[in-house]
Amino acid sequence: MSILVIAEHDNQELKPATYNAIGAALQIGLSAGEGAEVDVLVVGSDCKPVAEAAAAADGIRTVRVADSAEYANFIAENVAPLIVNLVSEYTHILVPATTFGKNILPRAAALLDVQQISDISSVVSDDTFIRPIYAGNAMATVKSSDSVKLVTVRTTSFEASADSGGSAAIEALDATGDAGLSVFDGAEISSSERPELTSADIVISGGRGMQSGENFAMLERIADKLGAAVGASRAAVDAGYVPNDYQVGQTGKVVAPNLYIAVGISGAIQHLAGMKDSKVIVAINKDDEAPIFQVADYGLVADLFEAIPEFEAALDND
Amino acid sequence: MKILVPVKRVIDANVKVRVKSDQSGVELANIKMAMNPFCEIAVEEALRMKEAGHADEVIVVSAGVAQAQETLRTGLAMGADRGILIECENDPEPLAVAKLLKAICEKEEPGVVLLGKQAIDGDNNQTGQMLAGLLGWAVATFASRIEVSDDTFRVTREIDGGLEAVKTPRPSVITVDLRLNEPRYASLPNIMKAKKKQVDKYTPADLGVDISPRLEILKVVEPPARDAGVKVSSAAELVDKLKNEAKVI
Ligand SMILES: Cc1cc2nc3c(=O)[nH]c(=O)nc-3n(C[C@H](O)[C@H](O)[C@H](O)COP(=O)(O)OP(=O)(O)OC[C@H]3O[C@@H](n4cnc5c(N)ncnc54)[C@H](O)[C@@H]3O)c2cc1C
Ligand SMILES: Nc1ncnc2c1ncn2[C@@H]1O[C@H](COP(=O)(O)O)[C@@H](O)[C@H]1O
Repeated sequence: MSILVIAEHDNQELKPATYNAIGAALQIGLSAGEGAEVDVLVVGSDCKPVAEAAAAADGIRTVRVADSAEYANFIAENVAPLIVNLVSEYTHILVPATTFGKNILPRAAALLDVQQISDISSVVSDDTFIRPIYAGNAMATVKSSDSVKLVTVRTTSFEASADSGGSAAIEALDATGDAGLSVFDGAEISSSERPELTSADIVISGGRGMQSGENFAMLERIADKLGAAVGASRAAVDAGYVPNDYQVGQTGKVVAPNLYIAVGISGAIQHLAGMKDSKVIVAINKDDEAPIFQVADYGLVADLFEAIPEFEAALDND
Repeated sequence: MKILVPVKRVIDANVKVRVKSDQSGVELANIKMAMNPFCEIAVEEALRMKEAGHADEVIVVSAGVAQAQETLRTGLAMGADRGILIECENDPEPLAVAKLLKAICEKEEPGVVLLGKQAIDGDNNQTGQMLAGLLGWAVATFASRIEVSDDTFRVTREIDGGLEAVKTPRPSVITVDLRLNEPRYASLPNIMKAKKKQVDKYTPADLGVDISPRLEILKVVEPPARDAGVKVSSAAELVDKLKNEAKVI
């Protein structure tokens, strides 16, 4: 069994989601008892540091690097043909189920006439996987009859592999050229000193109950004390309180930190879909009937504008 | 320009989905169905493009059981000009849907296909990307803004790190995200008018597409339930519990 994991990166740094996808690849190997040869594909432009980081990851056989200008912005039309070229060498191709992976893998799957398996949350065997459907209201066990499995991986469901200890060979691949279709036209990437939402140990999220973007400063202060990331419900993003990349849920990001604190969030099923696998859930809401309390380990029925300053003070106290 | 909008019939987003006791799937009998919310947004965007003079016809298309016709009627009542039903015995997988849509694109030659980014039943997030791949067209996924000019689309995409823009040529495939627009409600007169609009029907065989599934669903079960938690009476007690009981801060 040989598995190709497509690395997620920004041409400088390997994103943590990649290690979770490698973790899933190792699981697939274990499920078959024989283990798997795992290669990492780094496709990008001027992405040498990424290839080096990938080579240091534990358990990798070879890092295959396609370094060329047409891959700089991970345009699906340019990346998919590269995946197609490599497929005959592998039994599985895995990529994190992030906006990066969701954008590129289905195109490759279509070119290969393969039905992709999206967002797997556990491995049953080398051809059978469990994945959430209906916003996580149901878990489906699906068995693929395709000769090669193209899979996106729910990163919060798989333990990250170690980022050091390995010394894989780095091999250069020929580039496949510019398809001449989509042209990148700029990006506004959020920058923050706080940990990344999807890999943070603690997440504090605000909802419509926050009432304004300014009020999110209350959550940010707590986040900075706890080393947490800040997230939000869709309602808070739609109201313009915070940018879209804060959104947690069925259509936003999936998070599963050790501690998730939901403040002024009602707990709609679409929000729960993105956070209910968190280890400990705290809800602060003035409505004691809010559905969020059904999943909360600790619930505080209170007006957040009183409770949050008190929470901050209590953190300072000890 | 023609705009093609694939729309899917799914369980209404407000319904609490239940797993069948025989683990074969989720309960669909007597359940309220609706157009997938992302598809509504795609229909709305197509109508706005037409209203802005960028398009002259909006066609809604659905692949599924006969009742998918109701979903087409919803799109027609919103303002789409005509519908296409590809009648299938079961719910086809994304790859099969993409093949069916490719065949329709070859007949209709749209300037853009607008799809939802995801159907909220299977949560696959594949069909638009696959369709673009099969057609050899550009794709822009997760659109929160689309600017149309004579021969290109400038699409602002919602990505994990923030926002990104791409320019794609005509024809393109674009998948839409929630913040692109607020879909309109169909007015009663438009619901009446929609009943008279044309809906063409095809079968997968008419289009020469094999829709046999590649994935076998072995079982569908409820997710593990969380244990009931406790209510605390103050923020101070909460901090204490998080430190000393849960030991997470
Ligand atoms: C297709 C689809 C996809 C979706 N995807 C997502 C998604 O990915 N993520 C997501 O979050 N949502 C998503 N939604 C939206 C979801 O259904 C809810 O509308 C949304 O989560 C509600 O956000 P909220 O809890 O912040 O707002 P509300 O439901 O309005 O809740 C606000 C809460 O704040 C409380 N509150 C108000 N004031 C105070 C106060 N002073 N102190 C304490 N509590 C207070 C209220 O009691 C209430 O419970 C999706 C919806 C659809 C249809
Ligand atoms: N059976 C179908 N009929 C028409 N359009 C579909 C169908 N399935 C998926 N789509 C389109 O593809 C989008 C994404 O669906 P999916 O890839 O299943 O998450 C939907 O929002 C629709 O626009």
